[in-house]
Amino acid sequence: MVEWTDFERATIQGIFDKMEYEVVGPAALCRCLVVYPWTQRYFGNFGNLYNAAAILANPLVAKHGTTILHGLDRALKNMDNIKATYAELSVLHSEKLHVDPDNFKLLSDCLTVVIAAKMGADFTPDVQAAFQKFLSVVVSALGRQYH
Amino acid sequence: MSLSSKDKDIVRAFWAKIGGKADEIGADALGRMLMVYPQSKTYFAHWKDLSPGSAPVKKHGKTVMAGVGNAVAKIDDLAGGLLTLSELHAFTLRVDPANFKSLAHCFLVVLAITYPTDFTPEVHLAVDKFLAALARALSEKYR
Repeated sequence: MVEWTDFERATIQGIFDKMEYEVVGPAALCRCLVVYPWTQRYFGNFGNLYNAAAILANPLVAKHGTTILHGLDRALKNMDNIKATYAELSVLHSEKLHVDPDNFKLLSDCLTVVIAAKMGADFTPDVQAAFQKFLSVVVSALGRQYH
Repeated sequence: MSLSSKDKDIVRAFWAKIGGKADEIGADALGRMLMVYPQSKTYFAHWKDLSPGSAPVKKHGKTVMAGVGNAVAKIDDLAGGLLTLSELHAFTLRVDPANFKSLAHCFLVVLAITYPTDFTPEVHLAVDKFLAALARALSEKYR
């Protein structure tokens, strides 16, 4: 089981309390699709992903970005058992969606960059460490049911 | 994943924008790496203070950024331009190349904090590619 300090719990909760899901989610997914274009392979039916401008304007991308970000809420509510919390979603990503789990890290790096831009100086090194620890636990849980 | 001329233009322009802030950005990125990726601390066991903002971190951040600036200037031939630095990292420092990725990520985070509107996805892409190419050039002499 992952050990969380009080600082880490409070920091992560604080970030999500102030989260603008409809801004951050789309921004993170768009950034991922632009910076790591091979991730577009999973979104063949999303229409125009031809260039950065198209991706940023794409409503399906925006909607899905928001959905993904809300997916982190369940980790927030179950910080002491993230592994079990994501078992079902892990199976989904493996068996139905066939997403290479390396992509989870790419998206989480982009999410970190977006949050950093939003929080500015408040995204101190220890806040960054807490946030990245949280994301890495989620990423690990999501990759766990692959076989 | 080689650098297109568009990538190079973006990197050069952004480096010009960073200007005098380079040392500050380097120190911030280095401090973050040591905190977020504790394995990186193993290379600095000889420092008295590894905390963000400490004197050794600031000094070394400056050194690293001088290297990055040199790489920007030699962007058309990174392997050639970074030969000596590659030999240093390969034979003397022997830094595991996985750590280059960690530092690159922290550098991107600092850029996002410092330039929230200008660090667009396209700039992020070009800088990320550049840092990856830099890391590759730095790893040239490893084996």
